[in-house]
Amino acid sequence: MPDSANPLAPTEAVTTAPVVEMTDISITFPGVKALDGVDFRMFPGEVHSLMGENGAGKSTLIKALTGVYSIDSGEIRLGGESVVFINPAQAQAAGISTVYQEVNLLGNLTVAENVMLGREPRRLGGIDWRAMRRRAKDVLEGLHLHIDPNSLLNSHSLAVQQLVAIARAIDIQAKVLILDEPTSSLDTEEVAELFRVIRSLKERGVAILFVSHFLDQVYEISDRLTVLRNGQLVGEYLTPELLRIDLVQAMIGKELTALEDLGSRVHATEKDEEADAKTVTFLSAKGVTRKGSIAPIDIQVDAGEVVGLAGLLGSGRTELARLIGGVDRLDGGQLKVNGKVLKLRTPRQAIKHQIAYSSENRRAEGIVDDLSVRDNIILALQADRGWFRPIPRKRQDELAASYIEALNIKTPNADALVRNLSGGNQQKVLLARWLAVAPRLLILDEPTRGIDVGAKAEIQKLVYSLAENGLSVLFISAELEEVLRLSNRIVVLRDRRKVADLVNDGLSVDDLLAVIAEGAADSEIKTGAAS
Amino acid sequence: MTTIDAPQSRFAAVVSRTTDAFTSPKSGPVLVTGLLFIVMFVAGGVRYNGFFSATTILNLLVSYSYLLVLAIGMSFVIISGGIDLSVGAVLALSTIIAARGLQVGLPPVVVIVLILVSTSTLGLLVGLMINVFQIQPFIATLAAMFLARGLCYIIAKESIAITDPFFTSMAQPIILGPRLSITASVIIALVALVIAVWVLQYTRFGRTTYAIGGGEQSGTLMGLPIARTKVLVYVISGFCSGLAGLLYSFYTLSGYALTGVGGELDAISAVVIGGTLLTGGYGFVLGSALGVLVLGLIQTMITFEGTLSSWWTKIFIGALLLVFIVLQKVLTSRRA
Repeated sequence: MPDSANPLAPTEAVTTAPVVEMTDISITFPGVKALDGVDFRMFPGEVHSLMGENGAGKSTLIKALTGVYSIDSGEIRLGGESVVFINPAQAQAAGISTVYQEVNLLGNLTVAENVMLGREPRRLGGIDWRAMRRRAKDVLEGLHLHIDPNSLLNSHSLAVQQLVAIARAIDIQAKVLILDEPTSSLDTEEVAELFRVIRSLKERGVAILFVSHFLDQVYEISDRLTVLRNGQLVGEYLTPELLRIDLVQAMIGKELTALEDLGSRVHATEKDEEADAKTVTFLSAKGVTRKGSIAPIDIQVDAGEVVGLAGLLGSGRTELARLIGGVDRLDGGQLKVNGKVLKLRTPRQAIKHQIAYSSENRRAEGIVDDLSVRDNIILALQADRGWFRPIPRKRQDELAASYIEALNIKTPNADALVRNLSGGNQQKVLLARWLAVAPRLLILDEPTRGIDVGAKAEIQKLVYSLAENGLSVLFISAELEEVLRLSNRIVVLRDRRKVADLVNDGLSVDDLLAVIAEGAADSEIKTGAAS
Repeated sequence: MTTIDAPQSRFAAVVSRTTDAFTSPKSGPVLVTGLLFIVMFVAGGVRYNGFFSATTILNLLVSYSYLLVLAIGMSFVIISGGIDLSVGAVLALSTIIAARGLQVGLPPVVVIVLILVSTSTLGLLVGLMINVFQIQPFIATLAAMFLARGLCYIIAKESIAITDPFFTSMAQPIILGPRLSITASVIIALVALVIAVWVLQYTRFGRTTYAIGGGEQSGTLMGLPIARTKVLVYVISGFCSGLAGLLYSFYTLSGYALTGVGGELDAISAVVIGGTLLTGGYGFVLGSALGVLVLGLIQTMITFEGTLSSWWTKIFIGALLLVFIVLQKVLTSRRA
């Protein structure tokens, strides 16, 4: 596509006034500062990419702009006028249209209705279905989407549903179009089609906010980038002026935590391993895969080894962890534990084989808010024993007390509700829960996300000493520093594939960044060739 | 393409469109209900004398006009993804208000307005409870059910006969032809049905009701008036329960606290058998009407059979419900 390079040149449109101007936006959720004094602006006829890792505040910013969340402080100006939206309908009426990541349409209604709902043409006091179908068909054909507007939305693929959502946004005559991860379920051709639509909207002067974790797509389509990290603004850049590696670094950040005393785990363990050369493979996976989730992957974890999984959001880190943890079922490949082939169907079976998976989603898939610290700690152990063999209360108290002490969980007592603990202490409770079942492999998915620096350091130390004692750990984190600090080996994932398996032998953050970014560059060449 | 191919491919197109219609979660269950109704009607006609006639259908309508109205209200609620357990008790309350109000000498018009306003208000309260306090519809309407049933006993413990000339005139059959007659209730119920079909199909309120059943979150993000619609759905259900109670008092010419026990379950059964998905989002009011007729037909057939206990009706309905719920499950999960 040689001609596609031209419209990419940044419209040096700083002369025109921004259509959206958000200044000093802050939003606080209980216990978390989701957005902290963030500035963001959008210009007409420009594609602006919002970048950041999980939890950076992208979705929160979008929801603040679209009236889903109300802001605690700051100002939103639309076309120069200060606005306050208390619900999405108001934002839509003001010309801000959103296509959410999970297609937020109604599968039970027809395609035409999904395009027109809320703005149906009417005749004689009732909805004029024929006019509605005609208008929907026109809009869809404008997107080169030739489907029956009378068919149920459910009967179409996700890609088509995505385009229907965009058709809806276009028909609203939006001044601002927000596309939150619109390409995550599309294939190369569909992405090309979507980009063609985006470019024609750009020409019409629509300001487009584009969110994607595919760097090559971001570089292909956007004129301007804003990077967020941990709810704070890192900066706003013109796309051609920002090198890929600098972008990745801005997104991931280099965090100087109070961890220096920890030293590098690698060198310490290297000596150990040299001392006893007989490393035992605990888990080995060959070609494990799940359709739509992760491409066939080989991974091996030795006893006492910490294997880090690195990669950007959406690279398949969590998906791989869920396969090994028995949460999702394998579509293909083989999982061996201690040399025995396993078929894991549930986390329960994984636990039976001493594999414990601690989810990245601490609130929804981890702690049970309304149970006490003690109950949360013994939960997995009790489940493993079976509910007909209750753990005696005395033993429960002992377990809880010992873990509260060992992990330094800050709680008034074992009976306190977990919901009242800070994020870091909740995470420690989760760790205690999994340690209580005495696993041989502990899968930690983002154990330090959203918790304060001190707690982070403590959890890192804990992982370190657990591995010293022979526990295998699969460690996932968006923070490369942390991964480097703790891992013996690092498996790098990109676009749901393994791109590198590195022995952590004095690797630096820049080395890792290069592997991750270079991976992204490779895929651009590939898509370029395909289109 | 030769000319010989054309009709064949047209035939193939018809076949594929028919299979599509039958396997769609939208129209599949209701088409099955339609077929079932025809099969039962014909089979009954073959087996019993005098079954296969317009009289049977009209008798069904006369006996079940109140259930039809209940099912209409219930359709709105279930399509929106909710449930209303209070309709049977509200129906009873409405018959009691009618009987007691007429007994103390209120004019029929006042009684009718009083019933419709108070049951709609009850529905409004239930809707607000569900919407403002985020209470499960099951719980909120369960509370309303106990409240309405309790009020019945406070107003009158015994059955009260209705002697008001207007009410008795409403109970008189309207002769359409030899052995063909209906009552005013049938006309009222059919008018309600037509209005309900129009509202659900041709108004934004109706389409928003489907949107809530399909995904409340999505609907909100699409900027639809979800909260208002959700409350209104329960007002409609309350209104329909009141109207159904009125029709029931025309039919029985009495008010009694124990009427309509389990009426909510009959209404839910009719709606589900009529092809509305219990989880919401799919369904037609006309399907619910068909569901009422199927229920009535089962009852009639068991009466015609003569030797069977009337409790067999419940068993058949139960079995049918099971089949339909499984059918819905299969049709929706296949698409997911």
